[in-house]
Parts: sequence; structure tokens; C-alpha cells
Amino acid sequence: MAESIPVGHGADHADHGDHGHHEMSFTEKYVFPLDHKMIAMQYMFTGMFMAIIGGFFAYVFRMQLAFPGIEVPGFGVVTPAAYNSLVTNHGTIMIFWVAMPVLIAAFGNYLIPLMIGADDMVFPKINRLSYQVFLVSAFVILGAFFVEGGAFGGAWTAYPPLSTKAEYNLSGLGSTMWITAVFLEFVAFLLGGINFITTAMNSRAPGMKMWDIPMVVWMIVIASILFMLSVGPLLAGGIMMIFDQNLGTAFFDPDRGGDPILWQHLFWFFGHPEVYVVLLPAVGIVADVITTFSRKKLFGYKTVLYTAIGTGVLSFTVWAHHQFIAGIDPRMANVFTVTTLLISVPIAEMLFVYIATLYGGSITLTTPMLWALAFIFEFLIGGVTGIFLGASGNDIFMHDTYFVLAHFHYTFYPIAIIGTFAGFTYWFPKMFGKMMNEGLGKLHFWLTILTFNGIFLPLFVLGAAGQHRRIYDFQNYPELAQPWMQDIRQFATICLCVMLGAQLIFFYNVIKSWMSGPASGKNPWRANTLEWTAASPPPHGNWPEGLPNVYRGPYEYSHPDREEDYWPQNEPA
Amino acid sequence: MILDSLLPAAASSYAADIDTLFDVITLLVGIPFLISCYLFFAFILRFKAKEGHKAMYITGTEHKYMKWIHRAHIPILTFDLVIVVMAVQVWYDVKQDLPEMESEVRVIAQQWAWTFVHPGADNVQGTADDITKINELHVSIDKLYHFKLESRDVLHNFSVPVFRLKQDAVPGRVITGWFEPVIAGEFDIQCAEICGIGHGLMPARIHISSASEHAAWVQRESAAALAQTHSPFTGVGTGPANVKPELQLVTR
Amino acid sequence: MSRPIATTRSMAGIPTARLAVWWIIASEIAIFGGVLGSYLMHRLAHGIWADYAANTNEWLGLTNTFILLTSSLAAVLAHQAAERGDGKRAANLLYATCAGGLAFLCVKAYEWNYEISHGMTITSNTFWSFYYTAAGIHALHVIAGCILMLFVAQTAKRNEELHRVEIIGVYWHFVDVVWIFLFPLLYIAK
Repeated sequence: MAESIPVGHGADHADHGDHGHHEMSFTEKYVFPLDHKMIAMQYMFTGMFMAIIGGFFAYVFRMQLAFPGIEVPGFGVVTPAAYNSLVTNHGTIMIFWVAMPVLIAAFGNYLIPLMIGADDMVFPKINRLSYQVFLVSAFVILGAFFVEGGAFGGAWTAYPPLSTKAEYNLSGLGSTMWITAVFLEFVAFLLGGINFITTAMNSRAPGMKMWDIPMVVWMIVIASILFMLSVGPLLAGGIMMIFDQNLGTAFFDPDRGGDPILWQHLFWFFGHPEVYVVLLPAVGIVADVITTFSRKKLFGYKTVLYTAIGTGVLSFTVWAHHQFIAGIDPRMANVFTVTTLLISVPIAEMLFVYIATLYGGSITLTTPMLWALAFIFEFLIGGVTGIFLGASGNDIFMHDTYFVLAHFHYTFYPIAIIGTFAGFTYWFPKMFGKMMNEGLGKLHFWLTILTFNGIFLPLFVLGAAGQHRRIYDFQNYPELAQPWMQDIRQFATICLCVMLGAQLIFFYNVIKSWMSGPASGKNPWRANTLEWTAASPPPHGNWPEGLPNVYRGPYEYSHPDREEDYWPQNEPA
Repeated sequence: MILDSLLPAAASSYAADIDTLFDVITLLVGIPFLISCYLFFAFILRFKAKEGHKAMYITGTEHKYMKWIHRAHIPILTFDLVIVVMAVQVWYDVKQDLPEMESEVRVIAQQWAWTFVHPGADNVQGTADDITKINELHVSIDKLYHFKLESRDVLHNFSVPVFRLKQDAVPGRVITGWFEPVIAGEFDIQCAEICGIGHGLMPARIHISSASEHAAWVQRESAAALAQTHSPFTGVGTGPANVKPELQLVTR
Repeated sequence: MSRPIATTRSMAGIPTARLAVWWIIASEIAIFGGVLGSYLMHRLAHGIWADYAANTNEWLGLTNTFILLTSSLAAVLAHQAAERGDGKRAANLLYATCAGGLAFLCVKAYEWNYEISHGMTITSNTFWSFYYTAAGIHALHVIAGCILMLFVAQTAKRNEELHRVEIIGVYWHFVDVVWIFLFPLLYIAK
């Protein structure tokens, strides 16, 4: 079998035996696959499943807020304990089990080898192990709901001493399971990250120089590096927390010589770069989508790259803006205000560059393009509202209000949901070989976007009125129980229900298009990057006929010397 | 400004400064935001695909185009600078500076109630006439207070939205801050740091009254405190976490 | 075992496995950096910790430092042997490195046994919590390194996959360097 794969045109030497050619059993192919595309699908669908669970949690606690004390259909009466567990796990799941696996692991696994012209990841077995660890972590976080005391309810930030002492959180086992699950998830992504970084650095197609790498690959790699360099202290902190919970150490216990603020530093030293870890892949996806559908070269390829790196570096210096009023030395707040506001410079430049890419284009508003444009617009709102919170003086008031909540949903939602839909609808033809239904896609888009803004724009108002987060029933606070506020809460909840319902359209569209959509062919969008030169869906090994070579950058659209308005990267000059 | 109608009443001496800062930030981020939105939608509408029309080929390195991106940094950096200076000023006044106090209250947070220890008629903390109240803070208008914030168990946060004031209570520490009420009324105090199952069930109220009304209240309560020597809360006086009062689960 | 073509490419000019081990080390540095950074913050804030640290046995610590350094030397020699294509010798030297790791763990076990039996346990105070946690995480790395090394030695003995000898060596040096940081911080600073 060793000779059955033709070697690529370039310098690849043969060490490839039966890779992808013997008949694989069902288990080998779908349960324990080594193929990067199948692992990507595992991540994608696990992530989507977790998103449904996270969305269900949101539905339950939003119903409680809008109609306090009612029996929520599908759940029952929401007790304060249940409310806390739901918000805690909604946050944890949406960030660590939805945004991370879908944006980094699913798109990273699917796209990196295809876009750089390789047949697989460099370490397929580590890749498989990464998913398995991730899957175990998902079982652990969900399993916590079925143990005595219930799931952890001390917020996704898990500040000690609440998170470390069962006498305070009343869910001893649940809180250990929470931190264990988070710990395992981090290990999974460290394993995945090594693969992404080394694959992109070493396994590019012959001829693909640094500046020929598609933006989404760059961004996933930069995100993986950010993750690897920032998560270490929190892994250490996780070990300390598990010891505090179960062995009786006192790392975070002020009564016995520990310091609860230490955890906050460890958490946010990771927690802030984490925002950019999930942001960057989405930014990369959007770069690929808007260039394709405006038939334009990316405006300032290196500018985007430098702003991404600049944002990444700066993100290590801003963490204490989450702790302005947490009891840290007040003089530190001044330093962190400056660094935080400085981040606005590269992020603004990045958004300007994207808007400038539209200039002079030939824009087609397909479903993926609508999602990508929505990302830019919604993230812009998320970005500007962040300035309110980064300014220390104003944060004294705004901290931990619904203003914060609305702000970070305006960043995370575009990233995790809008960015994912942009990427998924864009690469769906490649993944499944079928075109999605545009009409249903647009209906789903508009319903989702309008209801998203319907949920979170009003929450800015509630936040400015002084409504704090994580309070399960505002009727206990006379100033927050005013009828107009309750109307806003009900409006947001109704929007949420519509939005969740609208996702049925998406799933229907996916299944219907997968079953009976029109065949897409290799390159339905007439795009440049290498994945569009493989079959749809690509077979194991991606290009059995031989791996491609690369002759130019990824965004050569509408080149003046050419008749065609695109110029594939692998086409010899 | 019109935005002030979004905010709750401004009841402390520095609330107005924070509101001004809020307005300035709104203005300074609002302008670039609106310009960006305008360009964004204008480009989408202007450059819709037309039959037989090819897009422009712009690499984004040309000075002609790039200068617009670079120029945009000048206002952004200027606006950032203005915001930083104003934010730090406000921050300094509220959190770093500690003006001379006229009276001192102790604020003790626990799962899930607030204990407020007011000085009695002698205006000194830690004496027998101290007035201890659960979930009720009584202060006088136009009087500069220091608060000593403690926690008995987990993190809590003493947040008074009408004061624009917020501070975490950290077990093992006594954190000092200040406020000066400027309008009379009765307002919410919220806990703004999740503190367990009852986090949503620890609302407290701040009662701000005129100097004479407040003095009368102090006289009355202080005499009652002296008379009631066996109050379970008299032991609260000396340091953090010496006597843990009965847990109070307050519901309305 | 077959590999994807991707694994055999080397666009960055560094073999994939070596690149990967350096990235692993980068993330490990962040982990140990978190532990040691937290420890240092506490240490500087609590002068009394010097008194607790006085109970550690710096001679045993020093012995362990020598053991680890010697085992690292064996790992270097193993790499040299592998470069020359002498898989058998490389394997034997890796076994010697392993033996060093094992000796390190034995000394550690003796030390901990002594300390725990004298009432200095992980819950005694935060210094001892850090002492056992930091050294414990390091010891786990020693154990993991030994196990991996045995696998590498198995294949190296048959003159296969000799490049792995270098990779495990790099990792072992890293484990060594971590100890070089732990030793003065936990034992000497009194």
C-alpha cells in the first residue's frame, strides 16, 4: 500500500504507508478517528450540543427573571440555588465548551490542514486524544448536575472562598467537578494547540510563505499561542483550588494565611487573553468570508496580522481591570486603565481595516457574508461599550451590573455564535458537498440578529439603572422592581425564546441541505484558498491525487491582470 | 444630558462626577462609532455587486488609502487620553483619596445579610451606645462618612447604585472607603458579588435623612442600645469575625 | 507506523517533534511560573515563612540536585550516541537517566516521609502547602518523563526513531531546570 499515494509536487518525501487507504470500520472512522476532518466534526457537533444545553439554561433563568416564581415549562420552579447553578454553568459552558471547541478546535482542525495544503495534522493521535479528553470534561461538567448538592453555583469566575468551601457553596462535590472539568478542558486544548501551532509552522504546502497563509489559520495559531502562554497559571490555580476543596490546604483561605485575591489574579491573567483566544479565530473567519464575497483583496494583510499580535500582547497586561473594586491596591487601577484603553487602538484599526476591505468591492450578500458583516457591526458595539468599563472611574458604578453583562454578550455572541455561523455556512459546501438553502439561511440570520439585539440592547439600560448581575429575583429590590424594568426583562426574555426557536430553522436547513441540497462542486464561492481545490467533502488525505503547491497569497481577488476575478493559490503563474 | 435619565438618582457628592464621566465617554466613543457605522453601511450599499463590474484591486499598503487608517488613530488616541485622565481623576477622588471623616460606619457582610454598625450619640465607634442594624443603613445628608467594610465568610460587594459606589468585602481584611450623601431619601443597597445561594436575597436599604432628623434617630436608637445590654449584636464591636450572629435569611 | 505527509514536512526549518516539545515547554513554563509566582508573592508578604523553610533538609535537596544534573548529563550522552546512530548505547544511557529519576523520587519519598511524620503536612500552613504542591507537580513531571523515556529507549534499542532521544532529552533538561528553580526557593531561602 505504501506506493498508493502519489507524492506531492514538492519536496515531500515518502513516509506514508497505508494512510487513509484500508477500509476502516465504523468505530475507526467515526468514534476514534485520526482524520482531522472527522475530529473537527466531533468537536463541532459536541460544541453545538453544548450550545443547546447552554441556551436551554439561558431560557430557564431568563424566564425566572421575566416571570419570577413561575414554573418554567420544561424545567419547573427555579430555586435560588438552581438559578445560581444555571447562570454559572451557562457562562462556563458557553465559553469553554462552545466557543473554544467550535471556533478553535473544530475550525482549526478542519481548516488548518486543508488551507495550508497538508494531508492531516502533524500529530493525529494527539489530536484524537485532545478530543477524548475534551469529551470527558464535557461529561464531568454536565455530570455535576446529577450529584448530591447539585452543580456549582458560584459564578464562572469561581471566586474563593465561596468556591473552595462546601460550607459556603453547599455543593462540595459539584464545585470540585466544576474545577476538574475546566482543568481537563484546558489540558485538551493544550494538546490541540500544540498540533495547530506545529502544523501551521511546519506542514505548509511547498511555496506557501508566511504571508501566503490564510488569515483564519494565522488567527487560530495566534489564539493557540495566547492560550498556551496564559492558561498555565490558571492550571496551577486549579490544582490549588482542588487541594483547597479536598485536602484542606489554605491557598485561598484568608483565615489560615491564604489570599482569595490570588485566585482572581490567576483567573483573570488567563481570563482576559481568553477573550482574544476566542475572538481571533472569528476575526480570521470573517476576513476570509468578506474578501470572498466582496471580491476584494484583504485591505492590509500584514496590518491585520500586526494588530492581532499587538492585541494579543496587550491582552496580557490588562487583567486587573476585572478587579478594580475587588480590594486590590487602588493605585494599580490607574495602570490597568491605561493598558486597557490602549487595546482600543489595535482593535479599532482591525475593524477599520475590515470596513476598508468593503470599499471598492463587488459585494454579494450571501448568508455567510451577512453573518460576517453582522459580526463586524455587533462586535463594534461590544468594543465601544468596553471603554465604559475599562475607565476605572466609571467602572466603580458599572462593575458587575447588567451593563457589563450586555457588553460582554456583545463581544462573545458575535464571536461564538455569529462567527461560527459565518464560518459554518461558508464552509458547509466543503464539509458536506452540498449547498445550503439561502432563503432559510437568510430567514434564520435575520431572526437571530434582530432578537439578539432585542435581548441585549435593553440590558444596557437596566445596567445603567443599577441592576446587578446574578440576582435571581429583582422583586426584592424596590428600585429594581419598577414596572418599566420588568417590561424590559420580559421583552428580553421573549426575544430570547424567539431566538432559540429560530435555531430550529438552522438545524432543519442543515439536515435538509445535507440530505437533498444541490451538489456544491469543489469551489462554489470561487474562492482562492487551497481547501477549495480539494473534493467536497475532501477524502481522507485531502488530496489523494497529490498535495498542492502554492504560488501566491490567499486574497488575490479581482487582480487587474486577469480576466477571472479570482486567482487560486495553487494555480501556477 | 439626556443619558442621565438612564441613571438612578445621584445621591453622593461624587455621583455627579461619575455621571459626567459616563456622558463624556458616551460622547467620545459615540462619535467614532457612528462614523464607523455610517462608512460600514455606506460601503455595503454603494459597492453592491453589479453585472460586469469588477472590484477594485487595493492591497492596503498604498499610502493613498492607508493614510485614512493612520489618521483615524489621532482622534482615537486623543479620546483615549481624555477618558484616561478623567477616569483616573474620578478614581483618585473616590478610591485613592480619603478625605477627613465626620462620622464612621462599619459595614459587615455575611451570608446573607448586612450588619451596619452606626456610632451612637458620641459619634465614636466601638462604644456601648453603638447602633447596630440589620439591612438598614442610616446616614445624614451632607456628612462625610468613612465606611469600614468587612466580610465574615465569602466575598461580598457593598454596592449603593445611587452613590455610584461599589467595593468588594474581602474576608480577613477591613477595607476603608468614603461617601457623602447629598440628597435625602431611601434607596437600595445591593450585594454585587455572588456570595452563595442567598446572593439574591440580601437586599438592604440606605436611609438618608436631614441632619436634624438623623440626629434625632441617633439619640433614640443610641439610648435604646444602651438600655438593651443583652443584644446579640453588642459583641460585634471590636474586630472582624469575633462573634457570628445568627444567620438571617431576609425575604420580602 | 505510518505518518501523514504533514508530519514529515519542515517549513520552519525545525523538525516537527522538536518544535512541538519546545511549545510544550513554553506552556509548562507558564504552569510552573504560575505556581512559583504565587509562592513568591506569598513568601515576600510573610516573613515568618523563613522559619518554616528552616525545617527543610537542604542537604537532601542538594543531593537531589546532583542526581538530576547527573541524569541530565546521561541524557546528553544518550543524544550524542543517537546522533552517531548507536541506538543500543543511547538506550542504555536513557536507562541510566531513568535510574537517576528514580533515585530522585526515592530521596524525595524519604524526605516527605520524614517531614510528614514530624507533623509538617500539606495542611500545616500555606508554606507547606506550596512546598508539597510545587514539588509534587514537579515530581509528576519526573515520573512522566521516566515513563516516556522507557518507551523511547525501547524503540531506540532497535535503532528506530532515534530522533526521539533528543526530544525526550530536551524535556528532561526542562524538568531539571524547574528543579534548579524550586531548590533555592523552597530549601535555601531561609
